Amino acid sequence: MKEQIIPSATTGVSGEHKGEVRIELPVTGMTCASCTATIEKALASMDGVREATINFTTQRAFVSYDPGRVRVARIINVIKESGYDVGSEKITLKIKGMTCASCVRKVEDALKGSPGVVRAEVNLGSESASVEFLPSMTTIESLRQVIESTGYRTETEPSPTREEDSKTREYRTLLRRFIVAALISVPVIVVSYPKFFPVLKDMDMETLRLLWIGASILTLPALVYSGSSFFTGAVAAFRHRAADMNTLIALGTGMAWLFSTVVVLFPGLFPENAREPYFDVVSVVIALVVLGQALELRAKGKTSEAIKKLMGLQAKTARVVREGAEVDIPIEEVLVGDTVVVRPGEKIPVDGVIIDGRSSVDESMLTGEPLPAEKQAGDEVIGGTINKTGAFRFKATKVGKDTALAQIIKMVQEAQGSKAPIQRLADTVSGYFVPAVMVIAVTSFVLWYDLGPEPRIILALLGAVTTLIVACPCALGLATPTSLMIGVGKAAENGILIRNGEAIQVASALDTVVLDKTGTITVGKPTLTDVIVKEGAAEQDIVRFAASLEKNSEHPLAEAILQGAEARGTVPSEPGDFEAIPGHGVEGIVDGKRISLGNRKLMERVGADLDLFEKDSHRLADEGKTPIFVAVDGRAAGVIAVSDPLKEDSVEAISGLKGLGVDVVMITGDNRRTAEAIARRVGIDRVLAEVLPEDKAREVKKLQLEGRKVAFVGDGINDAPALARADVGMAIGTGTDVAIEASDITLIKGSLLGIQAAISISKATMKNVRENLFGAFFYNTALVPVAAGILYPVWGITMNPILAGAAMAMSSVTVVSNANRLRFLKVR
Amino acid sequence: MDRVIVTAAGILTIGWIVWFFLFSKKKQYRAAVSSGIQEVFIRVKGGYDPDVIVAKAGKPLRLVFKREEEASCTEMVVFGAFNKSAKLPPYEEVVVELLPEKPGEYDFSCQMGMIRGKLIVEE
Repeated sequence: MKEQIIPSATTGVSGEHKGEVRIELPVTGMTCASCTATIEKALASMDGVREATINFTTQRAFVSYDPGRVRVARIINVIKESGYDVGSEKITLKIKGMTCASCVRKVEDALKGSPGVVRAEVNLGSESASVEFLPSMTTIESLRQVIESTGYRTETEPSPTREEDSKTREYRTLLRRFIVAALISVPVIVVSYPKFFPVLKDMDMETLRLLWIGASILTLPALVYSGSSFFTGAVAAFRHRAADMNTLIALGTGMAWLFSTVVVLFPGLFPENAREPYFDVVSVVIALVVLGQALELRAKGKTSEAIKKLMGLQAKTARVVREGAEVDIPIEEVLVGDTVVVRPGEKIPVDGVIIDGRSSVDESMLTGEPLPAEKQAGDEVIGGTINKTGAFRFKATKVGKDTALAQIIKMVQEAQGSKAPIQRLADTVSGYFVPAVMVIAVTSFVLWYDLGPEPRIILALLGAVTTLIVACPCALGLATPTSLMIGVGKAAENGILIRNGEAIQVASALDTVVLDKTGTITVGKPTLTDVIVKEGAAEQDIVRFAASLEKNSEHPLAEAILQGAEARGTVPSEPGDFEAIPGHGVEGIVDGKRISLGNRKLMERVGADLDLFEKDSHRLADEGKTPIFVAVDGRAAGVIAVSDPLKEDSVEAISGLKGLGVDVVMITGDNRRTAEAIARRVGIDRVLAEVLPEDKAREVKKLQLEGRKVAFVGDGINDAPALARADVGMAIGTGTDVAIEASDITLIKGSLLGIQAAISISKATMKNVRENLFGAFFYNTALVPVAAGILYPVWGITMNPILAGAAMAMSSVTVVSNANRLRFLKVR
Repeated sequence: MDRVIVTAAGILTIGWIVWFFLFSKKKQYRAAVSSGIQEVFIRVKGGYDPDVIVAKAGKPLRLVFKREEEASCTEMVVFGAFNKSAKLPPYEEVVVELLPEKPGEYDFSCQMGMIRGKLIVEE
């Protein structure tokens, strides 16, 4: 039998095609040029592949093969087996109109035979096709066209809207259920209280009993339709040996209905004064609780507004240059390295670096910064921000789930789903809550029956039913997460990313903020400001010596010195015998002389006498500049000063923090005099100077040992240990680098004002959480005993079960509404 | 006489409630292992099915959730100890991947903590 040859994927060449085909595949995961050899060898050894070459620069594999002998899927597999990946994307397309299994075959074959498709599977049950394809060779739009060419329709449903749909559907269902229960309640109430209604009050007992049987039948739809979710939920929970809100409502209303029905059918079983039914409790309680659920759902929808706003920032299409022409393509198909064109007023689709052109960009939606940022060639742009004035082209550096916006969304979602430590108590309690309420209900029944007045059976039943209905485990469960969701979202709107609920809880209780000096309080771009030399020495020489030593250094000050040298027109030479001494400076041979460049400690080490420069170095330090000494052959030869300007809003931010009652501490590796001068200018009282980078974490620990709750604020790159050590690590982000691992809180906008905002939002959120938790605990601990009848022996007070239903419905709505107040929090 | 019966029935009911909801043993479900990955399919409908999952430490664990209802209670599943959470759109399979490193018992739940499951990680 002839082996069946499936039409080749990717190329669309059918199996019968004779001769060779050449394809191009994007390969990802290659980090070095030597990777190419591995893949090339693996591919070339395949049966049916004649030639395989890989271009490392373009990250493309070119394979010449015989489609009759090998399939593209196999080629891709081989690439994957050698440890790399093919830049293929997976997508699920919804297909409408397929009725039979043969339709599946038809669509599947059409997809498999179209260029760029690696794999296609069509599922009749879910009416969808899952397709793996190469975005560099085909587009989602053309896949859709392929499906439609077979006579079926496709539809796309992006996830957020679908979720929205299911929410809207649930809301409508709840409203319908409420309306049904409410409509049923009207006649049921009327017949339940015959003495208040003219015609009814004159009826004899037999006629009333018939009406009540009618009410029993009438309340059934309220139970099985309006209240269906309580019963199915209760059964589902029961199967898991668990109990929840559904169990309570199902038990309460079920008991009331069953009792009432038995009473009207067999009144003889009960004493004379206990023959009244309580059908009104069934329908009204169900109506109220379902209404409460609907309102709660609506209010809960608002809690995720912030994330919806963020998702809405994503552009739908991008204009990229492909083969020399500008084409509009869906955002999902933009690749790293694509040149993207942005015109004035347009949304920037993905992250990248500007190649040419200039413009001002409104980044307020991500950073909270109201003023547009000026951008030119070499500057980073962030996807989702809006280009204001000029046109420019940029190279895409991050696409899809790697963009800053995608990461922000992911981080916010994760944080919103996380738990704060404060919730543990509520979690523990809610584990025992429902069984406990059931126990109380049974106890109430027994006590009323044994000790209560007549009609005992009625009062016992009402006590148990009211207890079951009034208890609201939902309020307890909703208290923390809803506030947290809004708090985290609110922070994100202000350019503050909070990693989890714990970070918010700790940040609300901070009393000390440690600020790194360089890059946090200051801009982090120091410049060479002063050069002072010994009499007779040339300024040029000193600068050249210094620059030569710093030529290969990565110290932040090195760049300032090198730029200073360039500005003074000197050319640094290659140092010999170079050595960096951590915490001191650098040494090396320049022009045959031994040059030492560094701080006072280094000068002491080489035995250079600093008397000559004492006054100047103090003056420079008092001006907030960092003096650096230069010694030639062990003798002091000059001092140069480097200064790092303050960030514009550092002073304002620090006074704001003090206003919150937080102590502000500055930490720096810089010398004490300079550090103190800067501290004075920004209004910081406590300075930890001359701290080696690796000791920053230890200094944080020391502060913690003083009993302080410490936040460390740094740039997130050099300060990782200190960020991790602190109770709350805050990283000041820049541009697209948002998801800084070591930090609990990331301030997207590089301003210190974010710290104050982060603390304020955390405080407000935790206050809200506490209000909710207190409310929920207070509500339950106060009302459950009252419903059980604890006030009856002394004051004769009992609770009406309908009132209990109303209270229960309102309690969770109140919790969510209180959380929603956070949305209107004014930050700063 | 009726009082005695009601009291006795009440005490029995209370005993049963406490035993059934708090002390009775739940069925455990062991994660299936294939090519180094442990995998469990969990149906979400008014609860997690299965809701007690036993897995081995040190091996990646794939939990495939499918929420078969629209009631919003179960729209999210939270693994507090792993700092992981996932939205569960109705009738869609959502994979949560965990790497359980330390043996122990880890709870997971809906966001409100009302619907719970337990992950038991063994040596």
